[in-house]
Amino acid sequence: MAPKLPPQQPLQTPAEQGNDGAATAGHVNEGYHHGPSGLMRWLLTTNHKEIGTLYLIFSLSMFFIGGIFALVVRAELFQPGLQLVQPEFFNQMTTMHGLIMVFGAVMPGFVGLANWMIPLQVGAPDMALPRLNNFSFWLLPVAFTLLLSTLLMPGGGPNFGWTFYAPLSTTYAPPSTTFFILSLHIAGISSILGAINIIATILNMRAPGMRMMDMPLFVWTWLITAFLLIAVMPVLAGVITMMLMDINFGTSFFNAAGGGDPVMFQHIFWFFGHPEVYIMILPAFGIVSAIIPTFARKRLFGYASMVYATSSIAILSFLVWAHHMFAVGLPLVAELFFMYTTMLIAVPTGVKVFNWIATLFQGSISFETPMLFALAFVVLFTIGGFSGLMLAIAPADFQYHDTYFVVAHFHYVLVPGAVFAIMAAVYYWLPKWTGHYPNERLGRWHFWTSVIGVNLTFFPMHFSGLAGMPRRIPDYALQFADFNMASSIGALLFGTSQLLFVLMIIKCVRGGEKAPAKAWEGAEDLEWTVPSPAPLHTFDTPPQFHHREG
Amino acid sequence: MTGVQRTVTRTVVVLLAMFVFAFALVPLYDVFCRITGINGKVENTAQAMVRDSIDESRVITVQFVTRAGAGLPWKLEVLNRQVRVHPGAATEVHFAFTNHGSTAGWGRAVPSVSPSEASLYMRKITCFCFQEQRLAAGERLEAPLVFQLTRDLPDDIKTVTLVYTLYPVDDKPLATKATSVVPGGET
Amino acid sequence: MRNLAGVVAAIGGSVWLTRSALADGWNMPLGVTDVSRDIHGLHMTIFWICVVIGIVVFGVMFYSLFRYRRSKGAKSAHFHENTTVEVVWTAIPLLILVGMALPATATLKEMYDAEDADLDVMVTGQQWRWHYEYLGEDVSFISNMSTPRDQIDGAAAKGENYLLEVDQPLVLPVDRKVRFLLTSDDVVHSWWVPDLAVKQDAIPGFVNENWVRIEEPGTYRGQCTELCGRNHGFMPVVVEAVPPEEFDTWLAERKQAAAREASGVDREWGMDELMTRGQKVYESVCASCHQVDGSGNPPVFPALANNPALMEERDRHIATVINGVSGAPMPAFSSTLSPVEIAAVVTYERNAWGNETGDIVQPSEIQSQLE
Repeated sequence: MAPKLPPQQPLQTPAEQGNDGAATAGHVNEGYHHGPSGLMRWLLTTNHKEIGTLYLIFSLSMFFIGGIFALVVRAELFQPGLQLVQPEFFNQMTTMHGLIMVFGAVMPGFVGLANWMIPLQVGAPDMALPRLNNFSFWLLPVAFTLLLSTLLMPGGGPNFGWTFYAPLSTTYAPPSTTFFILSLHIAGISSILGAINIIATILNMRAPGMRMMDMPLFVWTWLITAFLLIAVMPVLAGVITMMLMDINFGTSFFNAAGGGDPVMFQHIFWFFGHPEVYIMILPAFGIVSAIIPTFARKRLFGYASMVYATSSIAILSFLVWAHHMFAVGLPLVAELFFMYTTMLIAVPTGVKVFNWIATLFQGSISFETPMLFALAFVVLFTIGGFSGLMLAIAPADFQYHDTYFVVAHFHYVLVPGAVFAIMAAVYYWLPKWTGHYPNERLGRWHFWTSVIGVNLTFFPMHFSGLAGMPRRIPDYALQFADFNMASSIGALLFGTSQLLFVLMIIKCVRGGEKAPAKAWEGAEDLEWTVPSPAPLHTFDTPPQFHHREG
Repeated sequence: MTGVQRTVTRTVVVLLAMFVFAFALVPLYDVFCRITGINGKVENTAQAMVRDSIDESRVITVQFVTRAGAGLPWKLEVLNRQVRVHPGAATEVHFAFTNHGSTAGWGRAVPSVSPSEASLYMRKITCFCFQEQRLAAGERLEAPLVFQLTRDLPDDIKTVTLVYTLYPVDDKPLATKATSVVPGGET
Repeated sequence: MRNLAGVVAAIGGSVWLTRSALADGWNMPLGVTDVSRDIHGLHMTIFWICVVIGIVVFGVMFYSLFRYRRSKGAKSAHFHENTTVEVVWTAIPLLILVGMALPATATLKEMYDAEDADLDVMVTGQQWRWHYEYLGEDVSFISNMSTPRDQIDGAAAKGENYLLEVDQPLVLPVDRKVRFLLTSDDVVHSWWVPDLAVKQDAIPGFVNENWVRIEEPGTYRGQCTELCGRNHGFMPVVVEAVPPEEFDTWLAERKQAAAREASGVDREWGMDELMTRGQKVYESVCASCHQVDGSGNPPVFPALANNPALMEERDRHIATVINGVSGAPMPAFSSTLSPVEIAAVVTYERNAWGNETGDIVQPSEIQSQLE
């Protein structure tokens, strides 16, 4: 598609339009005044940077709430026996931990980064639909307040796991489930609106001269992620609507007694759920593909193959869903089909890892905190990939399925995967956001405590899973005790070390070494051409993009 | 129309299509199950008998299991627990419903076939499972199942199990429907 | 360099640990069936392939990190694509995957073998216990976790098989093919015994099958592996594999016991024996939801003690135990308890914890409601 820019800026608010004439040459204009101030400013803001900040703060808060739930789980599992919580509450904690981390921490974290960085990386003055952007953010606090409030309702909150398999989540669910469904609907609408905005921005608002194949990979991966969101969030909405109808209106979509089928729930859920997994990892690929070249001071190896690999992963994600269901009694042909397609995903994923390593090869590498997180991502995500490959082998999956081996696998791809990538992005772009470099010493402490904590938490889970420990149990047999104790200690270390992250952010916002426009020596994308901190309005006059030759 | 409007319109169309698709998955899933035999779903309408010759070289064991779902004071029994049949031959098996309750009610026997692939070759010519049954208090009803395993049943299938689970039908008036306080409780 | 040394040590350490601790509960058990050994072999093959790939990939990565440090004056090269290399590293993984898929396909086919079985066992999941029925043999029973509550709460020392012990294990013959038919009365459960490499979901209204041919006598323990509600973690599976002759004897004894149990219907039972029997049944089957003291767990599990509505409606009480409650976690016990057991447990519930109704429910009365 040819690059296009809107002929004028019809979507700006009236307050901003008054200043259009004042735009001077260059892409920076510091002369804006604001509309409302104080709380109303944040409630009503349509500025992509402010909304990005709101998303990131929201995501961080949810990360802590979800983290506290995880620590409750790990504290109960520290020793065999029931010490702190009863099984009912334990199940609510595992469920809420999953839901909050997936829908409240990781997804909004990536959307926040997209809001901040996509307009800056494509040379656009703002997102294509600024007011919609405001709306999609403010849906999230509503959704998650509602979700968290279910914990206080009679019968407790959702206790059926983040995958909410029917009929445990319908016929046998607590009365609060209707509110859980409503909150998931709202969060889903927020994601969908965010995705529409991102697609509209990327397709229509790139700087003159920037072709699709010139876009930074973070923009590319987000574009593909946004398409995945558009394709699967409605399916999630559909499946929870069916649940709602089964619970409240006497239908029998998933109730065998009425002619329905509980297994159909799992098929529809995972048709959403597997692309959802990639929604949580593709933007991370984009972030790492920005950071590694910067600190290796060498252009990303295989840009085009990165784009193709990301697209193939996205397409394959629609063909693998039943690998989550190898034990539900699929016929042999289905087991074989889903085993083969799942194994295929290893190919484009491998290409990505090889490209990152080829970028490092013969570079000029330095190890600032963003790079440390990005490198840890490559190593630990690859370990998660290996366990993923093992899980793809259907016969072996009969032994792995629903054990701690699976828990280890998806935490390796999500914590040192998605979460480390978000942290790497925060360290990488903080100079652009605040005008100050993050404190390198704090950053290193945060990094090393996190890496040790993450591995101490999740590596032993491989062993407890292989040795036979099922997931989602509040108490366990004695042979799993040592692994669990190690995991719990690791979780406490990882959890507390995130306070360093918050401390680092606060210090960085307040002051620190001043960062120039191009904060990192090897950084190349458009965001590094605007001053640090980036003024509220950038690229009012689109920059001319010159793509790199050779 | 500006580029942004066009993009938004297109994405919204995809969005709505996907929402409809999610619901379309319900009938599609049934079709898919019937084509591939996933989940041992069987046709719930009568099928015509295929005029096969009978394959006397193979004998298939067909087992029947009946189970009571919760909430209905009925019993479903099979009078021949196991039959041995030749592919292509039609066989009749008798089941009996008994209502031990003190009121009339409606029930439905939900079938499931294992191995699930076998459901593709199981043709039910007459079955009590096609419709809901109404039984008066204390009534006993014998109902036949006439089925045929088609000759193209794969060679490696030697035993087929049919399980019927009896469930109450809630949307029909059911005087003995268990509700409220004691002792099972409500959710 | 710190991270290089650290990661090499971590990888080396974990390889060594996994290898040396194969028999010590760190790895997938080898198991006692052909299939379990094949799966274990497949698991180890793919694990070692991953280890080799990992050593190569991380080797190149850490070599680059070490060799091309800016602090040592490395200057960056300018290449950023190479079609040949990119094609090669797409093709090699594909070939490796084909190499993995071949044995995996063979094992999977073996697992789907449909040869006739010598014994069919119907496994039914219920919140939160398993019910086993030897099809065509008139033998069936419920298998409950037998770990005492004291051990879970920490009031007593935990036994060797903490949480993995049951009152009545599933007894199976070795060297015979046993077919499992799995289903559920309420939510989705999953029946898993690692040593047998059998894990199969039990789905309400649907039936799944799996099979096993155990090669060594022994006791094999597993658990429910699909989240099924509150007591998901307290739903163990224990299989006791015995030589075929011993199994036949055991089955004959169980059949006799079942016949005796059935004949118990014909005689008049006294209050005391019903209460003794009823307490046993109650504590093994009902107490996990309605609590040992009958206090229940409202709103889902109503109290049975001091429940005036329950005390007034004797017939409805009996009917609910027999038929269960649709859409609630109360199964129909007509298919899992004998008439004697139902009579005993209802009598117990109507006379324990201060429920002094004095009601005696005779097994013959239950029997008459079932025929």
